[in-house]
Amino acid sequence: MTDTVAQTAAVADAKAAPDTMAWDSGLRRLMMIYLPLGCFVLILLFPFYWMAITSFKPNAELLNYKQHNPFWISSPTIAHIKHLLFDTSYPRWLWTTMTVAIGSTTLSLIASTLAAYAIERLRFRGSPYVGLGIYLAYLVPPSILFIPLATVIVQFGLFDSPLALILVYPTFLVPFCTWLLIGYFKSIPYELEECALVDGATRLQILRRITLPLAVPGLISAGIFSFTLSWNEFIYALAFIQSGANKTVPVAILTELVTGDVYQWGALMAGSLLGSLPVAIFYSLFVDYYVSSLTGAVKE
Amino acid sequence: MSVTTLSSQALAQRQPSWLVRLFDYKPFLIVMCLAPAIGLLSVFLTYPLGLGIWLAFTDTTIGRRGVFVGLENFQYLLTDSLWWNAVFYSVVYTGIATFGKFALGFWLALLLNNHFPFKSILRAIILLPWIVPTVLSALAFWWIYDPQFSIISYLLVDVLHWRSSNVDFLGSAWPARFSLIAANIWRGIPFVAISLLAGLQTISPSLYEAAMLDGASAWQRFRYITFPMMMPILAIVMTFSIIFTFTDFQLVYAITRGGPGNSTHLLATLAFQRGIAGGELGEGAAIAVSMIPFLVFATLFSYFGLARRKWQQGESND
Repeated sequence: MTDTVAQTAAVADAKAAPDTMAWDSGLRRLMMIYLPLGCFVLILLFPFYWMAITSFKPNAELLNYKQHNPFWISSPTIAHIKHLLFDTSYPRWLWTTMTVAIGSTTLSLIASTLAAYAIERLRFRGSPYVGLGIYLAYLVPPSILFIPLATVIVQFGLFDSPLALILVYPTFLVPFCTWLLIGYFKSIPYELEECALVDGATRLQILRRITLPLAVPGLISAGIFSFTLSWNEFIYALAFIQSGANKTVPVAILTELVTGDVYQWGALMAGSLLGSLPVAIFYSLFVDYYVSSLTGAVKE
Repeated sequence: MSVTTLSSQALAQRQPSWLVRLFDYKPFLIVMCLAPAIGLLSVFLTYPLGLGIWLAFTDTTIGRRGVFVGLENFQYLLTDSLWWNAVFYSVVYTGIATFGKFALGFWLALLLNNHFPFKSILRAIILLPWIVPTVLSALAFWWIYDPQFSIISYLLVDVLHWRSSNVDFLGSAWPARFSLIAANIWRGIPFVAISLLAGLQTISPSLYEAAMLDGASAWQRFRYITFPMMMPILAIVMTFSIIFTFTDFQLVYAITRGGPGNSTHLLATLAFQRGIAGGELGEGAAIAVSMIPFLVFATLFSYFGLARRKWQQGESND
């Protein structure tokens, strides 16, 4: 019964096809694919466009939509960026953020490479459980941890120090990187290591000379992922850092630049733009690694 | 000959350095390799998790060690209308935002799964909202939602003439709630779309060919091939999405800080306000701990609810 229905439908399709085909494929594709895609891209990118255009607008244009078209700038200015770079501690914040991001990325890469190697290649009893435990750590969100962590940080005497952030960020970086690297190590043929073992290489030599060079794409993926995640981190940086000079960019813009009742939208947007640029540039250089690590981690 | 020279060399190398031998001893090596990761995670994750649960049962404040007070914090929370508000909004926020993200993200993934020029560039551009620090894009949304100079109001009032007055996005409870949800969906679409796209690309085209030969319509192909095949990846992505939406902090903190009139507090922002800003560590920890049952429930629900079908399907296929 369903077969006959399907058949008649197919026949009807085939009959209708020749006349409508040419019109169909062009316009239909336009309506079904390009139009919605265009809307998506427009909406997803608009806030960035708005951010960028606001940071180069003089204040007069910024708050006067009647005489100036808000979607365009008639007389661009770099006053906001100048103000940001020379009248605030913005360079200092950028520097702190960079240090924290690089420090925590390095730390978590080292820790997770070793852990992934031990779990995937040294294979001991219970190694799957250790792997599972590390994976579960990824499911613990920072919002649950920041209050007790603040007391731990105070106990260690690290309150208000960027070092606290470098030590704390690996809690969400290590689980992610370890899982990514386990996946990469799995893809490296074990025979290579066996050969090296037979030739008398030590385990550490194998890791350094054979496994790591082959896992470089995985290391790059894990590295850029960690870098962006730690650059973007907010709640720990907000809770653990008090003095204006030690803040990271996202926290500093929100707490130091938002002052009084009249918001300096030009400066705020310029700060956001400058704070986003390093990650965006970094991202654009390694897009493929990024996408593959994102999707790889999900598939694992 | 080469073999003998090699082994004698190796012997000569090995004999003096007991360190090398120690590092080649497997149990020792395993411990050394796992030590950094496990050490970091237990000091800064497991220990604080336990400490947080302990703090929730004490009346600790900043600068004063608390004493055990039993369930007092939780009893107080149950009578606290602000906490109930936060629970209500957290659930609404997670529910609507997750639905929006997955509906739109799935659609975007299906669109991206077609062939068209500049696909990889487009894919790269689409991920941008997810790459950029959330707080910074939240600031852009704050500016977009400005009561006086909102660009959306400008569009609606001066360009399209659909409204006569500016939209008050963040001034009253429900508009503010939905504005935040919209910003969250905006931020979440790319991640969902790109992850699901990866899943879509693993579905074998031969399945679609077979279905088309059988005369399946586009909707039937989606319903009976795409959707079931996507279930496992959908379950994982949704679990993550629910966990991180429910515990979201940045967007709300950056745009409304819980206002107007505490109507947009999520549990995380309420915990921050009470625990860190207000100094009541014990109470803040209790609010944070109160998120755990919701998270466990949501995880089990989304993971097993969605993944179960995959198992069933797998069994019937085998």
